[in-house]
Amino acid sequence: MTSGISRRDSLILGGAALGAAGVPVIGARAQAPTPPDVPMADVKPPTFPVEKGARLHVIRPAKFIDPDQVYWDINTKRFTDTTGIPVAVNYISWEDLRPQTAVIANTGAGADIVFGWAIDPFLYETKLVGMNDLAEYLGKKYGGWFDIAKLYGTRWKTNYWHSLPIGGGSGPTVYRISWVKQAGYDRIPDNLDDFMTLCRKLKQIGHPCGFSIGHAVGDANGFAEWALWANGAQVVDPEGRVALDSKETVAALKYVAELYKYMIPGTIAWNDSGNNKAYAAGDIGLTFNGVSIYYVLKNSPDPTLQAMAKDTMHQAVPQGLAKRSPMTAGPMNAMLFKHSKYPNAAKEYIRFLMEAPQYGPWLAKCYGYWSEPLKSYAKMKFWTEDPKLAPYANAMDTIYYDGYAGPITAAASAVVANYTVVDMFAAVATGNATPQSAIRTAVREAERYYGKA
Amino acid sequence: MDAAVQTITTFHPREDGWLTRLFDWKPFLVALCMLPTAGLLLVFLTYPLGLGVWLAFTDTTIGQPGHWIGLENFISLSNDPVFWMAVTNTIFYTASATVGKFALGLWLALLLNHHIPFKAFVRAILLLPWIVPTVLSAIAWWWIYDPQFSIISYVVVNVLHLKTNYINFLGTPWHARWSLVVANIWRGIPFVAITLLAGLQTISPSLYEAALLDGASGWQQFRRITVPMLMPILAIVLTLSILFTFSDFQLVYAITRGGPFNTTHLMATLAFQRAIDGSELGEGAAIAVAMIPFLVVATLVSFFGLGRRKWMQGEGND
Repeated sequence: MTSGISRRDSLILGGAALGAAGVPVIGARAQAPTPPDVPMADVKPPTFPVEKGARLHVIRPAKFIDPDQVYWDINTKRFTDTTGIPVAVNYISWEDLRPQTAVIANTGAGADIVFGWAIDPFLYETKLVGMNDLAEYLGKKYGGWFDIAKLYGTRWKTNYWHSLPIGGGSGPTVYRISWVKQAGYDRIPDNLDDFMTLCRKLKQIGHPCGFSIGHAVGDANGFAEWALWANGAQVVDPEGRVALDSKETVAALKYVAELYKYMIPGTIAWNDSGNNKAYAAGDIGLTFNGVSIYYVLKNSPDPTLQAMAKDTMHQAVPQGLAKRSPMTAGPMNAMLFKHSKYPNAAKEYIRFLMEAPQYGPWLAKCYGYWSEPLKSYAKMKFWTEDPKLAPYANAMDTIYYDGYAGPITAAASAVVANYTVVDMFAAVATGNATPQSAIRTAVREAERYYGKA
Repeated sequence: MDAAVQTITTFHPREDGWLTRLFDWKPFLVALCMLPTAGLLLVFLTYPLGLGVWLAFTDTTIGQPGHWIGLENFISLSNDPVFWMAVTNTIFYTASATVGKFALGLWLALLLNHHIPFKAFVRAILLLPWIVPTVLSAIAWWWIYDPQFSIISYVVVNVLHLKTNYINFLGTPWHARWSLVVANIWRGIPFVAITLLAGLQTISPSLYEAALLDGASGWQQFRRITVPMLMPILAIVLTLSILFTFSDFQLVYAITRGGPFNTTHLMATLAFQRAIDGSELGEGAAIAVAMIPFLVVATLVSFFGLGRRKWMQGEGND
C-alpha cells in the first residue's frame, strides 16, 4: 500500500492543522459542530471524574494517508483545549507496534493508551482496564456495534469489554469498470464459477486480475482467507481444532490453482504494494485491496490516473459458498492499561474521540481508509456521496476474522504471521505440491500453534 | 662514582600513598583500563547473547514470560521441514555467494593493484555498494527484480527484443535463490576486493622480480607467490565474509521475505518471522542459536585451516 497525496493537498491539510491550532481559546472551548448525518440516541454520557493534573501518553499506528494523522491531531488538540489535559500522541510504524505494546504491557510503564492491532487486547487482557461503561454508552448512542467490533472488543463469548474498537481496515474487490464490462459483466459475480469466467475473460482481453500469494502481510493473507471461506473451508472449527483437512479446502486449492493461470504472472513475488503498483500502471484490472489504490488515483494530479479513478469501482468480495461476503476487517482497538495514573482522563479522551463531532470528520476525511465499528456512522453522507466507497461503509459488518471460526487466540495470529495458509495456496498454484501434500504441511504447521486436533 | 651521581643517590623519595601504590600495581591498572571496554562488551554483547541462548530453552512469547522447557524447541525444529529448508538455503546462499565474492573480488583486487589513472578515485567508487545501507540497495534490487517493472526485463524485452515475456526473477524457488545470491555478491565484492588489495600491496615486488628473472609465467607467479602470501589475510576476510553472509537478514527480508513459500528463508529471516511476527520468541531464539555451531565450524576451518602458516609462527617457510 502506498500513500500518495499530492504535495498541494498536504500543504492544505497542514495549513488546516495549523489553523486548527491557532483557533483562539474562547472559540476552542465551544463545542465543535455535530455532523448532521449521524443518527444519535439521546443517552447521558458516563461521567469520568478526571484526575487533577492529568496528562496522557498515547501510541497508535503510523498513518498511511495524511488525513488520518492530521484529523487525529486536530481532534486531540480540541480535547486538550476543551479539558486542559495535554495529550502526547506517538505514531509508531505498524511492524513495531506489537513489540512495543508487549514491552509496555510487560514493564507496566510507558503509554497510558495503546491503539493496537490484532489479538493484543486478548493477550494482555488482565493488564487492561475494563471498557464496559464506555462500550455500552457508545453502543446505545450510535446504533450498536458491528459484529466484528464486538468480537475483538470482548472476551470470547462474554459481554466483558477489555478494549474499545476504533476502526477497521478491509480489502474488497477493486476493479476497472470498463474492462469488466468488456469481459461481459456489469458487476463482479458472487458465484465462484462466474468469477472464474470473468477472470479468464479479463486475461483474454489483456487486462488480467492479480492477487498476491507471496509473503505480503495484508494482501496475501486476505486473498488466502477469502479463498478458504468462499469455498466453505476454514482453518479451525469453533472448538479451536485445526479443520484444514477437508474436501472444501481441496476445492479451494484447486480453485486458486486454476485462477492463478489467469492472473498476471509474478504475483508470488508481490508484497503489499505489488497490486497497488500494477493497478496504477494499468497492468491489472481486478484485485482485492483497501482504499489506498483508489485514494492515490483520485488525488493524483496526473489526468491519466484520475481517469483511472473514475473507471474504478469497489465491491464486497465474491460470496461464493458463504452466506455473506467473506471479508474480514482487521480492527484497531484502544487498550487502556491498568498502570495508567489517569484512567478517567484516558477514558474521557477515548470517549471524546469516538463522539460524532470528532469521529465524523476523521472518518469522512480518511475517505474510507478506516471503517467504523458503530452502526450510526455508516449513515454518514460521504459514504453515499461517492458510491464507490460503499463496501468500506459496512466493512465491519462481518463475522469473519483471522482464525475463523475458532476462538481468537495467539495461535490465530501466529498462523497468519507465518503465512501458513498463503504458502499452502502458493505451493499448489505454482504446481510445487499436490493439494493433499500441501494440506498436510499446512495442518502440521497450524497444529504447532493450535495443538494437535 | 662522581659527585653528580653521589647527589642523586642521596635523594630520598617521598613515601608512596596507598592510592599511588594501588595505581602502580599492574594487575589493577590492567583491570581498570579494560573495564570500559569489558563493560560495553558485557552489556551489549554478552548479556544479549546469554539472554538469547536462554530464551532458546524456554517457551517465551511476546507478551508472556516463559518457562524452561529444555530442548523442546530444538526437537520440534528438527521435525520442521521449513527449518531444514532454511538451513540448506543458508548453506547454499553462503557457499555460492562467498565463492562469487572471492572470485570476483580477487580478480578486481588484482586489476586494481596495477597503476591505473585515477586509482584513488576508482578505489573509492568501488566501495559504494558496501557503504550504501543494505536496506536501500535491497530495495533497489527489489525494483530490479520486480515482475512487472524490472529494468532488466524492460531492456531485454522492449529494447533488445530478445524475449517476449518479462523475466520472473522471484517467482520460482531457484530463480529467487540465485537472484538473491547475485544481489549479495554485488554488495559484498567491495569488502573482499579492498581487503585483498591491501594484502596484495604488502607483497614485496622484489619477489615478483626474482620470479620473473627465473622465467616464471604469470600464472606461476600467481600460484607460487600471490596466493601463499595472501593466505593470512584471505583467511581473515573469508571468516568475516562467511559470518556476515550466513547471518544475512536485510537483503532477503527486503526482497522476498522468505518467499516464494519459504524457499528463500535464511535462518535469520525465519528466526525473525517466528519470533517477532509470530510472537514465538523461544522458537525464534532457538533458530538463531542453531546458527552458532555452523558459524563456529566455519570460523575454525577458515581461520585455522587457511590462516596458520608455519612462517607466521616464525618457523620458516611453509
